[in-house]
Amino acid sequence: MQLDEFFVTGEPLIYGGMVAIALVTSAILFILTYFKKWNWLWREWLTTVDHKKIGIMYILSALAMLFRGGMDALMMRVQLAFPGMNFLNAQHYDEVFTTHGTVMIIFMAMPFLIGLMNIIVPLQIGARDFAFPFVNAISFWSFFFGAMLFNISFVIGGSPDAGWTSYTPLAGAAMSPGPGQNFYLLGLQLAGIGTLATGINLMVTILKMRAPSMKMFHMPIFTWSSFITCFIIIFAFPILTVALALMTIDRIFGSQFFTLTGEGLPMMWTNLFWMWGHPEVYIVILPAFGIFSEIIATFAKKRLFGYSAMVWSIVLIAGLSFLVWVHHFFTMGAGAFVNSVFSISTMLIAVPTGVKIFNWLGTLYKSKIEFSVAMLWSLAFIPSFVIGGVTGVMLGMAAADFQFHNSYFLVAHFHYVLIAGTVFACFAGLVYWYPKMFGHKLNERIGKWSFWFFLIGFHVCFFPQFFIGLDGMPRRIFYIAPEWFTLNFISTIGAFGMGVGFAIFVYNIYYSFRYSERETTGDAWNNGRTLEWATAAPVPHYNFATLPDKVGYDALLDMKEKGETTFDESKLEPIHMPNNTGKPIIMMGILAFASFALVFEWVTLAAIGLIGTIIMMGIRSFDYDDGHYVSVDEIKRTERAARGLNDE
Amino acid sequence: MNRKKHHYKKGFIFLLLSMVVLLSGCEQMVVFDPKGPVAESQKDLILYSLIYMAGIIVVVFAAFAIIVVKYRDHPNRKASSYKPNLHGNKAIEAVWIIIPIIIVTLLSIPTVNTLFDLEEPPVSSSDKEPLVVYATAANWKWFFSYPEQDIETVNYLHIPTDRAIEFRLASAGSMAALWIPALGGQKYNMAGMQTVLYLQADEPGVYDGRNSNFNGEGFTEHTFEVYAESGDKFNEWVSEQQETAPNLTQKKYNKLLEPGLVDRYTFSSTHRDWVQHGTLEDMDYTIERFREAYETNMHLENDGEQTNNEH
Repeated sequence: MQLDEFFVTGEPLIYGGMVAIALVTSAILFILTYFKKWNWLWREWLTTVDHKKIGIMYILSALAMLFRGGMDALMMRVQLAFPGMNFLNAQHYDEVFTTHGTVMIIFMAMPFLIGLMNIIVPLQIGARDFAFPFVNAISFWSFFFGAMLFNISFVIGGSPDAGWTSYTPLAGAAMSPGPGQNFYLLGLQLAGIGTLATGINLMVTILKMRAPSMKMFHMPIFTWSSFITCFIIIFAFPILTVALALMTIDRIFGSQFFTLTGEGLPMMWTNLFWMWGHPEVYIVILPAFGIFSEIIATFAKKRLFGYSAMVWSIVLIAGLSFLVWVHHFFTMGAGAFVNSVFSISTMLIAVPTGVKIFNWLGTLYKSKIEFSVAMLWSLAFIPSFVIGGVTGVMLGMAAADFQFHNSYFLVAHFHYVLIAGTVFACFAGLVYWYPKMFGHKLNERIGKWSFWFFLIGFHVCFFPQFFIGLDGMPRRIFYIAPEWFTLNFISTIGAFGMGVGFAIFVYNIYYSFRYSERETTGDAWNNGRTLEWATAAPVPHYNFATLPDKVGYDALLDMKEKGETTFDESKLEPIHMPNNTGKPIIMMGILAFASFALVFEWVTLAAIGLIGTIIMMGIRSFDYDDGHYVSVDEIKRTERAARGLNDE
Repeated sequence: MNRKKHHYKKGFIFLLLSMVVLLSGCEQMVVFDPKGPVAESQKDLILYSLIYMAGIIVVVFAAFAIIVVKYRDHPNRKASSYKPNLHGNKAIEAVWIIIPIIIVTLLSIPTVNTLFDLEEPPVSSSDKEPLVVYATAANWKWFFSYPEQDIETVNYLHIPTDRAIEFRLASAGSMAALWIPALGGQKYNMAGMQTVLYLQADEPGVYDGRNSNFNGEGFTEHTFEVYAESGDKFNEWVSEQQETAPNLTQKKYNKLLEPGLVDRYTFSSTHRDWVQHGTLEDMDYTIERFREAYETNMHLENDGEQTNNEH
């Protein structure tokens, strides 16, 4: 293979990307070496099994991916605002929207939420760690390497270009030759291992690791939404795993599952993809609902309205999410009866979702609203998401969908639900729990700037798209007819507004790191209702010195009333914690190497890598490391320091 | 505090005004400007749903605005207006479960009716047999075969007005979707199977049609124009083509079928004599012949004009 087949050549934008990658990588390497941080990085982060640190790594990676996906979005918007400039050619444009969709869903939204779940769920249920901390580290590294594998595609080998849904036969070997599509398949497959493992891990954690006496129906609502999300993950992800595997075998080993030759069934991919893909959108929205519920209750200083209705509506939404996948291809000609069934089941989802919206309004009713940045994101979510929701019902009406399908109306709809739902929740959740993660708050004033830029930019960007869609503009075209120009141009302005909002958000992280007051109390907002706010600041690696006992709903409120804390010196006992280990990163590193080899169809190398992974599993199975105990003295010292108590 | 309140009101009024302004442009939008009974019924359904959606939006937005303004934390509030433990009310919860169910029911009925209607030719032309047109999408052009007239057009289409067109959709390669928004919604073109789409034009005119389902590099240019004209004019056009247009040979067809963009063509025979892409036996026709052609890149840029200008 020639070097110029390996690296992507001939595109000035991609050369720019290469230079940027090289510069950033060498800068990181230089800083780590210069400040002698390699050892620290390995000891504290790369080998960690602490759920909080793993969560932070998830969120940092997700923010990086948000940047990448956002750059893709801005490139598309520039091309559509100035089509004559030929900023991107057709092929490059196809690659950019493919990676935008994939990165945002798989490598941004999901990891961001999983990161928040990682950090918060064990704290909310009074647990000291995940049920399987080692597996948790494996999950993170498989996601991380999957994301990296997918991301290098634009400089090495070439990006996938068949859309994030990668419909066959277009995505098959015959019509999309080259490594691009393989990057998609193996990047997703590798990351999918981590997601599935997290689903199982988190579910067991929630079921088995709760504080003694915490009943299921006393769990905080974010934990509930995470729990139901785990169900969806466990039932939906195997479908994706199988579908990806079948297409990989098609492309690399010449089988005929989804091909046009040899009696393949291309539409089977579409079915499998959406049987996973529809539940997937609820994997990224249900935890978001949980986040908003927590934040609204906290900053409205009021108990959540309709708690059990909230829980049951999540359960109902999760169940229905598996029964509606055909609405992604009403236009396939399945017939009026099938379309009617899926049309009605789709519209039914609006009922439990509506219940949730009204319950949030009910929570705000007779409350005392404090307009903190986290609360602003949550409040802005409600009207924005309602627009996304009602247009979703319109799309669910199959006969009308024949006109909406594949048009910008659809693009506007799913950005309205995914950005107003998921992205707002990511920002809100990060701001809200930031003091738990880093021991200081984000600056509120800068946060408000970022919020307003992003919110206004968002509506300016996507609201016009409903109308361009109704005017017949399809998605994924790389230049536009003149009659669509004005609204597209407005849309592009909005996209840059969102970009500015994100930039301010990132600046805020830096600014607050430098100048924000350090937290001295665990209950950073003074209104914490749930157990995560009962830990010390910074959160010790064992979370709770003494596990809260007899907890009910809004456990921290109860504790505050009774004057209890999670640090009762008379009850201290040594705490058992797992040891750090380098095996997860090594194991997943080898698997990533195997995947990379398979992308280029170097089957021997891939086999060697796979054997290496299996050997690592063998080594792990003979690992008799039982972890260590944190002594009572150490707990005392840590807690006293964190809580500002005097030494005896 | 008063100033702040003012801001909310202003924002709300601005939002309502901007929606009115944007919606007033609806008449020009192609989906709201139907030229045939199918698009008409879909427009009616969309407008019907918009009434309910607007209702929901008004109710939720109003409730939201009032609550957020009224219950913000400010010093002049009465202590009695804050109830931190209020956490449920069975009656009101029942109301906001039942009303959405009613709305969904009211939306489902016309949706299902329209769905079943769309599977049949439009009622307004039920006295005439539909005109059958095989619409085959190939990367990245359209072949329209008229079996009765025994002619075939590439990248453009003539249809008579006031008569249903029975499109039999198939693809010679990747999946596509035939969409003529002025005449009605789309359906997929897939290789190895055939879907049927009924459309009809009531007004003569030239309408934009395209493939709306992404299918690779030439997707943006995968368009065609529909010339709707009276039955007589259409028949005139047909006989002219039958006399003047050349025969479509398999060699010529294969040349056109090769992945890439081509101009408009007309032929006085159809490709259905030797290949029917909508059947399982023939679904690999293109792949078997042009596998290598997919490896080359067209480097397609926007040259400011459509390629299908030749008529």
